[in-house]
Amino acid sequence: MNAIRRILGIVWLLLGPAAIAFLGYEAYSRINAHPVSDVYLPWIIIVSIFTPIAIGLSLFGFYALTGEYDK
Amino acid sequence: MQTTNNKRLYSVIGASSLGTLIEWYDFYIFGSLATIISEKFFPPDNPTAAFLATLATFAAGFIVRPFGAIVFGRLGDMIGRKHTFLLTLVLMGGSTFFIGLLPSYATFSGAPLLVLLIRLIQGLALGGEYGGAATYVAEYAPANKRGYFTSWIQTTATMGLFVSLLVIITCQKVLSKEDFNDWGWRLPFLLSIVLVIVSIVIRLKMQESPLFAKLKKEGKTSSNPLKESFGKKKNLKMVLVALFGVTMGQGVVWYTGQFYAQTFLLKNCNIDATQANTCIGIALLIATPFFIVFGALSDKIGRKPIMMAGLLLAVICYRPIFGAMYDMSNIKTKTIVSTKELKTDSKLVPNKQDSFLTDEVEETTTSKTCSDGSVITEVKTETYVAGKNASGKPVIKTSLLLSDVQRWMVIGMVFALVFFVTMVYGPIAAYLVELFPIHIRYTSMSLPYHIGNGVFGGLVPFIGTLIFEYSKTSTNPSGDPLAGLWYPIGIAALCFIIGCLYVTKPKEVKKERIII
Repeated sequence: MNAIRRILGIVWLLLGPAAIAFLGYEAYSRINAHPVSDVYLPWIIIVSIFTPIAIGLSLFGFYALTGEYDK
Repeated sequence: MQTTNNKRLYSVIGASSLGTLIEWYDFYIFGSLATIISEKFFPPDNPTAAFLATLATFAAGFIVRPFGAIVFGRLGDMIGRKHTFLLTLVLMGGSTFFIGLLPSYATFSGAPLLVLLIRLIQGLALGGEYGGAATYVAEYAPANKRGYFTSWIQTTATMGLFVSLLVIITCQKVLSKEDFNDWGWRLPFLLSIVLVIVSIVIRLKMQESPLFAKLKKEGKTSSNPLKESFGKKKNLKMVLVALFGVTMGQGVVWYTGQFYAQTFLLKNCNIDATQANTCIGIALLIATPFFIVFGALSDKIGRKPIMMAGLLLAVICYRPIFGAMYDMSNIKTKTIVSTKELKTDSKLVPNKQDSFLTDEVEETTTSKTCSDGSVITEVKTETYVAGKNASGKPVIKTSLLLSDVQRWMVIGMVFALVFFVTMVYGPIAAYLVELFPIHIRYTSMSLPYHIGNGVFGGLVPFIGTLIFEYSKTSTNPSGDPLAGLWYPIGIAALCFIIGCLYVTKPKEVKKERIII
């Protein structure tokens, strides 16, 4: 079980930057398509609030990978 | 002695729950009356006001709630639970009351900015309230009954929603439509001050949590809860596991069961608004006791199995349940057995380009009875523009009134959705409280809770709609009505995997013994 926890740690570690990249791309294309406040404001808020959360997910993955959650 | 202790415990629960319920009530009436608030304070033809409206809608839930959790959590761990959640109550109640007094944009151009500020204060106060109430009750409760006693706090969010709907519907019934739109919408906001004063009086009589009071007496309170909560690996890793293994999934299940379901019934299924809201209200009432059932059960079999089962059930059942609701209300598949024209109204409205001219608006209401007993109501609006003979393209609004059997089936399905909520939400306060040591508990538990609910949960409607838009293709221009569910399903599934693998029973639980 500890091995699974550690291996999946790599997934969580990579999921963080992947989420930021996806959100950044989405925000860019959406805002470019409709550059009005109803579109850009929610996206700016979402990207800025999700970025620290995604960093937290990577950190969680790092802890899992290094065995911090081992039993 | 035991009777006295129980009596005191129930008065603690009553006082804490009442205050938290009022805070939720305050938060929801703003949401429920969002349309009218927008009309009064954020005129769409003013771009600055529209900008502030968007900011008020998004910022209050997503940024400010977690920020409130940090600000008030820190205070709660430094000066005490009682005074902190008294402060959040005053802030929430005061700002709600102030909205009721605020002049509209037509008479005061600074109103949009003030409403935004008030909404931010509300979000801030809500971020601080829940953690305080849950911690306070948990620290009074015996360790082996924490799930049961804190589950009363868990019912307040649902009951707050229910009470807010009840007050608004009552005001709408008592007053004429014109009076409600003119001044009656202020009543639910003004009423808040009465509820808050009652709650403050009750809370003032309460004493500090025994565990925190003991800690303070011994001089063991934290001097820097933020640093200890998020700066030390030992605690930070528990904050992360609480967020990604529990609250993230709980947030999406909560919002999907109680809010997305409502939007889905109204927008995707086109069910009559009163009937849809009544179905949701009944389902909420029937399901609410299960918060306490699962809270109590978690004391016996553990918090994790119940919360994980709730997540798994949500992942498995969302598409079948929402699919069944959609199929049942799909007008395209219904067989119409009779059609009846109910009424045709005609009224004159000012022309948009020239106010000296008038347009004629003709509204025709048609009722179509279907073979399954449901009734489709179609309202066709045609506008005859002044000076022209031909009318513009008619606007047709359709709503569906379900048969009695179908209505109860919808109630049953919404009940199932809320039932999943009770499974994940009932034991969560006890779980979060037990995960962190007393001296940094308020700070540590509030942040993952409000990120899970405010950010992951609060984004369910936005991301759901976004995915639905993605599902529209050239071959299927109307899109997949169930596509929006992939967001809550995906998050709940991820949370289930992380929760099953990484969530463990906290060691602190057994160490704490409460002295009342």
